[in-house]
Amino acid sequence: MEETIELEIFRYRPDQEDRPTFQTYEIPFRKDWVVLDAINYIKDQIDGTLSYRWSCRMGVCGSCGMMVNGVPKLTCATFLKDYYPDKIRVEPLAGFPVERDLVIVMDDFIHKLKEIKPWIIRREGEEKPIEEGEYLQSPAELAEYKQYSMCINCMLCYAACPVYALDNTFVGPAAIALAQRYNMDSRDQGREQREEIIASNEGIWECTFVGECSVACPKSVDPAGAIQRAKVGSTIDWYKDLLMPWGGKKR
Amino acid sequence: MKSYRRPVPNTLWLSRRPYILFIIRELTAVFVGAYCVLLLFFIYKLGKGLEAYQGMLDALKSPLSIILHLIALAFAIYHSVTWFNLTPKIMVLQIGEERVPAFLIAGANFAAWLGLSVILAWVIIGV
Ligand code: SF4
Ligand code: FES
Repeated sequence: MEETIELEIFRYRPDQEDRPTFQTYEIPFRKDWVVLDAINYIKDQIDGTLSYRWSCRMGVCGSCGMMVNGVPKLTCATFLKDYYPDKIRVEPLAGFPVERDLVIVMDDFIHKLKEIKPWIIRREGEEKPIEEGEYLQSPAELAEYKQYSMCINCMLCYAACPVYALDNTFVGPAAIALAQRYNMDSRDQGREQREEIIASNEGIWECTFVGECSVACPKSVDPAGAIQRAKVGSTIDWYKDLLMPWGGKKR
Repeated sequence: MKSYRRPVPNTLWLSRRPYILFIIRELTAVFVGAYCVLLLFFIYKLGKGLEAYQGMLDALKSPLSIILHLIALAFAIYHSVTWFNLTPKIMVLQIGEERVPAFLIAGANFAAWLGLSVILAWVIIGV
């Protein structure tokens, strides 16, 4: 007898129903299959109406994130054998509105990414003319922020964050880590501009340091660490302002 | 097409083990805070004279007080251990291209804790 495994999948078809349901599919169990393979099998062989996002199948594109048994995972990197013989429950990423089945609405996240100005900002008059070439950077300076530049925008960290689930205005882990990535870049001078968002009420101070974003992150970005370091930075700013109101804020 | 917002249950904080552990860490602050109030109370009693202070010391020897102390101790230890384990995320030291490993940073905190505890124990028991 062929071994099988059951997948219980979140379904939401806004054209047919007002609220979501769960649908169970029984599929062949293969040791080398990941959850995404199983979902692809369902789509190809059993039920073509199932909607979900995926692309690279190798943990690079960041589009296949889903809740697997309540935990945010890249489904292309989550093996069936780690759950077999138990049933696996697959849901869209927590904390986001659902567009259809396993597809979430990510507008809020995209907006937040843009909001923190994720590009190199130079102070007025300090931009080098193109003929003078690139801004140089040492390997040690690169190492300062490299970790935060590894983000693939998979949003698993948001799905892991109870604060974001309760209050969607929170800027959230990946966006703050990305701000930190530029703030710590030796070529960048835009920290003060980003602080408007980062140090606002919806920014770093919403974070209670649950730390699950860093556990969920498949790229070891450690957004929780980035947020705490940003808190330290903002606190130092605040004291500097208090003690030296005439300046000293420039970085 | 309308999107669907899943309701967030009031029991969100109890829905996953890591969240529960986090909430316990937050709760420990209540016990640590309460203990600080108790210490302040000590000073207050001392100001009232030696007799009042002795009376308080005797009251603290009751079994109920000892049980409460043990509970507070357990929470204080949980608080300290989980907090020190998080310090490498906040204190990042980079030497050249290398980061100082997390265990060294957490370890330094634990070592300081141990050192201070030994000094305290020596002050309390030693003299
Ligand atoms: S920080 Fe990590 S979990 Fe969050 S979006 Fe980036 S890669 Fe994904
Ligand atoms: S399919 Fe690209 S990360 Fe999973």
